Amino acid sequence: MKETLEQIRREALAALEGAGSAQELETLRVQYLGKKGELTAVLKQMGKLSPEERPVMGQLANEVREALTASLARRQQELEAAGLEARLAAEAVDVTIPGRRPALGHKHPMSIALDELKEIFIGMGFQIAEGPEVELAEYNFTKLNTDEGHPAREWGDTFYMREDSSLLLRTQTSPMQVRTMEQQRPPIRVIAPGRVYRKDEVDATHSPMFHQVEGLVVDRGITMADLKGTLNTFVEALYGKGTKTRFRPHHFPFTEPSCEVDVQCHACGGAGCRVCKGEGWIELLGAGMVHPKVLQGVGIDTEIYSGFAFGIGVERMAMRRFSITDLRLIFENDMRFLSQF
Amino acid sequence: MKLSRKWLAEFVDISAGDKEFSDAMTLSGSKVEGAEDLGAEIQNVVVGRIEAMERHPDSDHMWVCQLDVGREAPVQIVTGAWNIHTGDLVPVALHKSILPGGKKIEKGKLRGVPSNGMLCSLKELGLDERDFPYAVIEAAALLHDYHPIDPDKPSIPADIQPGHKIFGPVVAAEVLECMPLADGSFHTCMAVKDATVCPDIHCSNVHVGDLVAYNTRTDSVCTLADLHAEQKEFPHCISDGIFVLREDCKPGDDIRPVVGLDDHVVEFEITPNRPDCLSVIGLAREAAATFNVPLRLHTPVVKGSDAPQGQTLNELLEVETPDPELCPRYTARMVRNVKIGPSPKWMRERLRAMGVRPINNIVDITNYVMLEYGQPMHAFDYRYVKGGKIVVRRAKEGEELTTLDGGVRTLTPNMLVIADETRAVGLAGVMGGLNSEIVADTSHVVFESANFDGTTIRRTAAALGMRTEASAKYEKGLDPLNTLPAVNRACELVELLGAGEVIDGVIDVLNYVPQPTVLKLEPEKINGLLGTDIPEDEMRAMLARLDFTLEGDTITVPSWRGDVEHYSDLAEEVARLHGYDQIPVTLMRGETTQGGLTEKQKAERRAGELCRSLGFSEIITYSFTSPSCWDKIRLEEGDSLRRCVTILNPLGEDTSVMRTTALPSMLEILARNYSARNAAVRLYELATTYHPVEGQDLADERQMLTLGAYGGDLDFFAFKGDVEALLAGMNVKNVQFERAAEGRTFHPGRCAEIRVNGTPVGILGQIHPLTAQNYGVDAALYAAQLEFQALLDARAPEARYVPLPRFPSMQRDIAVVCDQAVTVAALEDCIARGARGLLKETALFDIYTGAPIPEGKKSVAFSLTLRADDRTLTDAEADEDVKAVLALLERELGAVLR
Repeated sequence: MKETLEQIRREALAALEGAGSAQELETLRVQYLGKKGELTAVLKQMGKLSPEERPVMGQLANEVREALTASLARRQQELEAAGLEARLAAEAVDVTIPGRRPALGHKHPMSIALDELKEIFIGMGFQIAEGPEVELAEYNFTKLNTDEGHPAREWGDTFYMREDSSLLLRTQTSPMQVRTMEQQRPPIRVIAPGRVYRKDEVDATHSPMFHQVEGLVVDRGITMADLKGTLNTFVEALYGKGTKTRFRPHHFPFTEPSCEVDVQCHACGGAGCRVCKGEGWIELLGAGMVHPKVLQGVGIDTEIYSGFAFGIGVERMAMRRFSITDLRLIFENDMRFLSQF
Repeated sequence: MKLSRKWLAEFVDISAGDKEFSDAMTLSGSKVEGAEDLGAEIQNVVVGRIEAMERHPDSDHMWVCQLDVGREAPVQIVTGAWNIHTGDLVPVALHKSILPGGKKIEKGKLRGVPSNGMLCSLKELGLDERDFPYAVIEAAALLHDYHPIDPDKPSIPADIQPGHKIFGPVVAAEVLECMPLADGSFHTCMAVKDATVCPDIHCSNVHVGDLVAYNTRTDSVCTLADLHAEQKEFPHCISDGIFVLREDCKPGDDIRPVVGLDDHVVEFEITPNRPDCLSVIGLAREAAATFNVPLRLHTPVVKGSDAPQGQTLNELLEVETPDPELCPRYTARMVRNVKIGPSPKWMRERLRAMGVRPINNIVDITNYVMLEYGQPMHAFDYRYVKGGKIVVRRAKEGEELTTLDGGVRTLTPNMLVIADETRAVGLAGVMGGLNSEIVADTSHVVFESANFDGTTIRRTAAALGMRTEASAKYEKGLDPLNTLPAVNRACELVELLGAGEVIDGVIDVLNYVPQPTVLKLEPEKINGLLGTDIPEDEMRAMLARLDFTLEGDTITVPSWRGDVEHYSDLAEEVARLHGYDQIPVTLMRGETTQGGLTEKQKAERRAGELCRSLGFSEIITYSFTSPSCWDKIRLEEGDSLRRCVTILNPLGEDTSVMRTTALPSMLEILARNYSARNAAVRLYELATTYHPVEGQDLADERQMLTLGAYGGDLDFFAFKGDVEALLAGMNVKNVQFERAAEGRTFHPGRCAEIRVNGTPVGILGQIHPLTAQNYGVDAALYAAQLEFQALLDARAPEARYVPLPRFPSMQRDIAVVCDQAVTVAALEDCIARGARGLLKETALFDIYTGAPIPEGKKSVAFSLTLRADDRTLTDAEADEDVKAVLALLERELGAVLR
């Protein structure tokens, strides 16, 4: 009997080891461990053994059963693992095939530049004001110290809606200085972005409609040093810490002293190159201390208050930032252009 | 404004190089645009004298020249030019020289003959005939250079001999003698058969031995034009050649100073408030103040002479100014026995450096004074001032004047003319008249140095489209005190140049009272505005440098500084001389302010983000449009959108009205993309529209959110879905879509009005094929326009948390059959009202027509979700609700369960 058991063990283990599928394994299980299996058949003959032999054989039979069961389980696990591996291998995809992605729209480069600019000034405590584009000449010119007879008021430069030149398309966002000061007392810190209009024919650098951002600060004791500090902070936020600026005298009717602010050319670092036309500097914006006539015109006491204002051309900023070489692209809105941003 | 540094040096000593000079001037307020060393590109080019020249042994057109270039031995150079003669002084680019454009010249051989450099033309020196009018070359037609167009039919026989007739009075002649004269012409003798003729000619390509075409009638040598010949028939007889110098120079001299290329020119951008800086003296004053060095001004001295026959100037010339407000001052002097001729080299060079073309001594003097003093001057021929009277008056309506440039100008009473008794002789402040032009035989000259109203001059120049150097100065408002020194300077120069005799006396009509601006010096106020701590004495010193007069605290502003009116103007003067870069950098003190976006601005951002996340890209379009756009979108004749804000002076019809709807802009951009073959396009714009308001100055400016799309798998419901998602994202609830009445811009069957709680907020749909056609698109376009403010007003309140359901819901699907005309919205509304409080959601999942559904009917299927908040529903309860729903559907809409 012992020999029989040993033989079963040998044969069964070998067979289990060689089983190639779950089905085969099941057949073997039935063959050896099933109710009519070989091992069961041997055990059925235990009764014929002598009492001395019985425990020994019983123990051996159990050993064989356990060995077979363990082997069966192991083999089952192995086969399952192999099966999973095979399935996964079969399910493999070419991950380089593009995904089905929902199309995302694109923000216009002008808005990207403008939003960035707004964020910077919001961070500096500025509010955002908005005002009319169809504007009174009174606000666009007269209250900005630009009297009748000033060249900017000519019909060749400004779009008018009335024969008496009293209603126009604003040529600058500066009327928002006056409108803001009429509605709000100091302290004032606002920027006013918006569309402005000038009678320029369309070409690569001109458009009859473009965008500006006006800035205005009015408070007690505001100085030109504050103007420099504020605009330097803005420039560093826009172009990075340590960006050099140059403030040089200029002229605007509604600021005095006035200045233009240049930033050091990013392309050559100030040495002079094609980007900056050899100057080493790139003109960024115009600014100045609000003209006392403008302040007095809205009833702000110039003995107590002073302020500064600035104006930034958004198209030029966006064009420089994204290396756009032709202004017309901005208003053509070709998808091949828009989808680049 | 260009500035010659040589000229500047007459008034102020500045050793700084161009870069340092430019930087300093820019920082003190005179922005430099660029600086140029006129001779920077020229090296090793000298004056040479042609000692001998002979024809090249192996060439039919080259000359071998021996040149004295100031060295011991002559230099041999081969040239192909024909306009030179022995004795000529010419520019010689020696071995290893450089010419403008970086062109390098080295010695070499030309057809075997060594050539040690190159003789230069004007162009090769970077100059042109405007710089040296005398260098214009007139080329004779040389018969031995004749190459017939058709070799079989030559117009001139190859074996032509002197005396042979060419045509009419023109015969062949052989040059026997050719002597250059001092004025650049040539004395010649030529053989014509048996006779000899000796014409003086201007053609510089003629040499002894040449065969020329001689016109016996006019006693002259024919050019190509005279022979009606084409250039290719005489390939070497060209109006180009070596620049033959008529300057005071000698062999070996560096060419640069000889031709005035030893100067440096700095270009300034002068702001309109500083017309005084449109002059050498004005910039010299700025430079002196900037570098803190003395300014050397010069007071003109005129010797003068008596008028003829004991007459006084006032008897010769009378000036009337009937419109004094347009002519604050008119100053004039006269010069007699004028000798018109070229002005001296130094004057021509300075004019050239400043970009002004030399013409003759008198005209050059007026230009010189204009550049030096910034005061426009005009010179006119006294002969043509009828009645010895100058009247500065408004032009008559329709009065005509031919200006110096030859243009015939029709004038209006808004323009000011200089007239004599009978007619206009000049357009005041813009340009002189051709009828009083300085010509070769002018003998008496009137110099006008006047001050005119700037606005009038600017408008005149603009109306006639002739902005001149003079008008550009006048329009900014000039200093009336400058007219007298300027006219005296002109007369001084006349005497210096020996160009005529200045008659004693000055005519000076003053129509204004000089009132200098007086301000108070308030150092604390200036420091307070600038944020600086500049000591008072420094401020005083700076203002004094700019010729402000200080007495105690009283500051008198110089007459040429009309721009200085306030303490803030003084602050700028101090700031710019102190240096803007020296002003400290501080951060604002005082109350802090809260920055941020308004609710509306936040909503704009949100809308943009939503549109982009739905695949729509942002566009930016013009606010003005063409009135024809309303016809393009097929608005009815009387549509209120046709009432608009109109621009009276638009650039063109295309941009002449402010848009009242943003749809045309969107359609235009869709069409542009369509024609660019961009496949699937989704666009949005947050656009302002402009609506006139009765009895109000300003327009009602309303924002529209427009969406437009075509291509891809787009259909009405995909587009509508995008709009629905956008509205949901904007927290707009209770949205209804109704079949819109409009059927012109949009497809009549595919257009919905969008309402929120019953209020219309916009429209969406497929664009009418005829509208699309108007934009040249033959595909389905979809568009929506939403009133942004209405959308904001319609937003639901901010969400509040509702507890999650604790009991399971039940699903019941129903399919009902109803008339085709019954809308889904009506069915849904019915379902909502029919349920007894357990219905939580209704979702459409199918619409079916066709067998077995009868003709004219449709089957619509909904999935209903039912739930109670406080218990688990039983089937019976759910069925109860569904039954109620079905009952109402049947009663109200005749929809029966399928």
